[in-house]
Amino acid sequence: MPAVSKGDGMRGLAVFISDIRNCKSKEAEIKRINKELANIRSKFKGDKALDGYSKKKYVCKLLFIFLLGHDIDFGHMEAVNLLSSNKYTEKQIGYLFISVLVNSNSELIRLINNAIKNDLASRNPTFMCLALHCIANVGSREMAEAFASEVPRVLVAGDTMDSVKQSAALCLLRLYKTSPDLVPMGEWTSRVVHLLNDQHMGVVTAAVSLITCLCKKNPDDFKTCVSLAVSRLSRIVSSASTDLQDYTYYFVPAPWLSVKLLRLLQCYPPPEDAAVKGRLVECLETILNKAQEPPKSKKVQHSNAKNAILFEAISLIIHYDSEPNLLVRACNQLGQFLQHRETNLRYLALESMCTLASSEFSHEAVKTHIETVINALKTERDVSVRQRAADLLYAMCDRTNAKQIVSEMLSYLETADYSIREEIVLKVAILAEKYAVDYSWYVDTILNLIRIAGDYVSEEVWYRVIQIVINRDDVQGYAAKTVFEALQAPACHENMVKVGGYILGEFGNLIAGDPRSSPLVQFNLLHSKFHLCSVATRALLLSAYIKFINLFPETKATIQDVLRSDSQIRNADVELQQRAVEYLKLSSIASTDVLATVLEEMPPFPERESSILAKLKKKKGPGAGSELDEGKKESGAELNGGVEPTASTAVSPEGWGLMPGSGGGDRTPGFYPSRVGATGNLLVDVFSDSASAAPGLAPATEDNFLRFVCKNNGVLFENQLLQIGVKSEFRQNLGRMYLFYGNKTSVQFQSFTPTVTYPGELQSHILLNIQTKAVDPLVEGGAQVQQVLNIECLSDFTLTPLLNIKFRYGGALQNITLKLPITLNKFFQATEMLSQDFFQRWKQLSQPQQEAQKIFKANHPMDSEVTKAKLLGFGCALLDKVDPNPENYVGAGIIQTKSLQVGCLLRLEPNAQAQMYRLTLRTSREPVSRHLCGLLAEQF
Amino acid sequence: MRFMLLFSRQGKLRLQKWYLATSDKEKKKMVRELMQVVLARKPKMCSFLEWRDLKVVYKRYASLYFCCAIEGQDNELITLELIHRYVELLDKYFGSVCELDIIFNFEKAYFILDEFLMGGEIQDTSKKSVLKAIEQADLLQEEDESPRSVLEEMGLA
Repeated sequence: MPAVSKGDGMRGLAVFISDIRNCKSKEAEIKRINKELANIRSKFKGDKALDGYSKKKYVCKLLFIFLLGHDIDFGHMEAVNLLSSNKYTEKQIGYLFISVLVNSNSELIRLINNAIKNDLASRNPTFMCLALHCIANVGSREMAEAFASEVPRVLVAGDTMDSVKQSAALCLLRLYKTSPDLVPMGEWTSRVVHLLNDQHMGVVTAAVSLITCLCKKNPDDFKTCVSLAVSRLSRIVSSASTDLQDYTYYFVPAPWLSVKLLRLLQCYPPPEDAAVKGRLVECLETILNKAQEPPKSKKVQHSNAKNAILFEAISLIIHYDSEPNLLVRACNQLGQFLQHRETNLRYLALESMCTLASSEFSHEAVKTHIETVINALKTERDVSVRQRAADLLYAMCDRTNAKQIVSEMLSYLETADYSIREEIVLKVAILAEKYAVDYSWYVDTILNLIRIAGDYVSEEVWYRVIQIVINRDDVQGYAAKTVFEALQAPACHENMVKVGGYILGEFGNLIAGDPRSSPLVQFNLLHSKFHLCSVATRALLLSAYIKFINLFPETKATIQDVLRSDSQIRNADVELQQRAVEYLKLSSIASTDVLATVLEEMPPFPERESSILAKLKKKKGPGAGSELDEGKKESGAELNGGVEPTASTAVSPEGWGLMPGSGGGDRTPGFYPSRVGATGNLLVDVFSDSASAAPGLAPATEDNFLRFVCKNNGVLFENQLLQIGVKSEFRQNLGRMYLFYGNKTSVQFQSFTPTVTYPGELQSHILLNIQTKAVDPLVEGGAQVQQVLNIECLSDFTLTPLLNIKFRYGGALQNITLKLPITLNKFFQATEMLSQDFFQRWKQLSQPQQEAQKIFKANHPMDSEVTKAKLLGFGCALLDKVDPNPENYVGAGIIQTKSLQVGCLLRLEPNAQAQMYRLTLRTSREPVSRHLCGLLAEQF
Repeated sequence: MRFMLLFSRQGKLRLQKWYLATSDKEKKKMVRELMQVVLARKPKMCSFLEWRDLKVVYKRYASLYFCCAIEGQDNELITLELIHRYVELLDKYFGSVCELDIIFNFEKAYFILDEFLMGGEIQDTSKKSVLKAIEQADLLQEEDESPRSVLEEMGLA
């Protein structure tokens, strides 16, 4: 037992702790704890009323046991009793127990709230602080409901003690973070801003934290804080190191407050008032100057505190991004830190420079440090520092240094830590594509990537190289040659085989003139890898082989032999077997003309943003390393559905499934992976009395329909008999939808008749026009039939067309009605615009009926990447740097109909603490605003 | 700040403070995971690391690791000094603090932390005002306590 035990209290507790520490084994410890728990339980249950002291001691023991990692399921009531004790220490232990152990147990919360209420009203500052701490520690919604209006009152009351003010400010901050809707803004807000002028530095520190949080949601209400913050900062920065007495930390005046003030200023644009701005620039210059002065102390605490302010000042300079002089000075300062002996500073300098690299004023200055950064990537001993170096290289990369950076990253990849390899691979792939002037360099780079780190090359990377090679005919011959050479290696990565198979299948003819790479040599080379590959790759190779038969008739016999062999044509894998059978038949039945048409060279892929970029963003989360991203449009379908790899979306529907797992799979029902859980709740009771199968909507299809608001492909419906898949595409006011009806049973469906029906306003066909052909009334067991809908949007509509499916299964009539996933937002055309344009239009649409707003609870985890994907899937463009709060999303687009166009602006404000969203839509047409707002609000 | 942990080199958790509602199960998982990451790091490595979507700032004092998880925009260096200030407060209060002090007086360690930080934000950076608050509380405690016999304390009376 230690000799010192201040405020010496509970010897029984100390004895118990000693006992636990003396336990030789985990078992002994558990035994001792169980004995103690039994003892405490009997004391609490006993007839003899316990005095406050004993209660406190036992509650404290329970707390200790809980903190050891054991569950505690009693004692809460005794702790609550302690709250109403008049003795400070008993109260204090009670509050501690509550704040550590209580989550929202409603019965208890009411009692706790009562005790808190009494303490808040006690006018005893120590008790008030305890109560405020408890509110902040528990911070639940119930607490917020009870105290959100009381705490602001305590905060601004004239007679409140300083220490209580501090607690009240931070308590309010916590409540606001959990339940912003419950904290009423009002007259007190202006008084809070003036706390920045308070005499007491502790009060100012607490108030700045509160204001920084509040002003993000209500920038206008707190605008006056800018000039107050600047003058406060200026006073601190220019004070001598001893002026602030106890608030000076290792010769640095008020470092915490300075950092917080600089942070607060980052919530606002540069001050408009020239005097305020001048004063602020002066402050920032002084901070930069101080960095050059000799240190006042050798202690690391001194330099850390000083540099904490410096880094926050640099963040502010970057945030303003308007003072070239300051930006360049910041960059030079960080350059010095890059070579500092403190690892911490090197780390932070790399991190901070990453953001500087994206400013046009300092990009060039950052680039001058390239050698140092490359060196850091090679020599830093700490992986987290190397990671920062890789991020910075990515951020500073442009056309002038791309080759150097990519080659350094590639060579780093050979020895890189496993944890960051995948990310480096993505970065290299993006940079190589983005800055390729010469596409042979791009092809080399990606093949090198596969060679060096094949396991970390994701599907997206190799899909992308194929998209690019297909779209650029100047590089096709080179790609064929290079991949052919790469495949010569005795052991090459499977991804290399995939790329090789695809490229040689398409462009092998370009190198076939050379006897060293004659058609047969090419085929043998590919086939030598075949047996070591996975099913997906083998399927792809089979497709390459049939393309070979078309390109090089002389290989036909050899390849047909391969296809005919038992290992193909009787392969246990149904996909491989099917391909072998079909390709063999195709090659023997079809004439050369037909073959040439079917296997025509792939058409160019539509230009789209790299799916790799989307992947990197997803991996890193917002903000990190994505400063370079210019294209903001992501492939919504990919992030949403996850079914379709990018490259395969471009395979024409009548294609032959030349990519693994792509369009070719359409032939088998159940191609669409059924969603977990979807099958269960989508079950229509088809086995019940057939007559009662009412033509109402199939149960639970509403949920499924909503999923399609933001995506175009997937499973629309599934029950025990039938699966309906959808693929659709929309352009301008037109759309085409493919419906795939899969018979899941082994029995034929008869009289299979899907029809589109139009409820209400749609009946007149002046809003929406859908053309469709009837399908074959017989659907064999296990078969899939396809139906095409051609859609034309004539005017804005709000109702949804229905799909009614009738068929006979084993004599019983089935009748299913679903909503077709055709919603107005499908005809969105995304519109990019600048911040000022956006706000101008936003203001133009300010009539109340043009706006629709909803505030709602989040139904899904609030993941920003998912949210972005959904908004993009919804169809609008996501606009960056429009909303001052980076958490918010702002979008714009135009609804294209035949008769009119409707411009739409939207803003989505998430509140992570409250798990709520606020969605605002403004369009020129009232029903459109309301309708879109309603549709989109269901998505989060 | 999202949370603060104190743990020993042997991986024993000595103090945990959460500033955002988190389920017990999730807490245990996070503690285990983070301890593993931090304990595996070598002495000269930097004090910051990216972990999940958070930034972790840690520093070792003798056998104890002090570890804070902060959010993207928070300042790493000032958090490092916040840890140091807390250690100074403990030191001043216990007089050359050691791990044992924190084990046997864990409730005091919590009280001091509460005086210093609230809802994850720094409440007062002045050493004097924090300690004054704690000492005032101790004074109140001493007035409260009536002397008791050792036997009674141990439950033998």
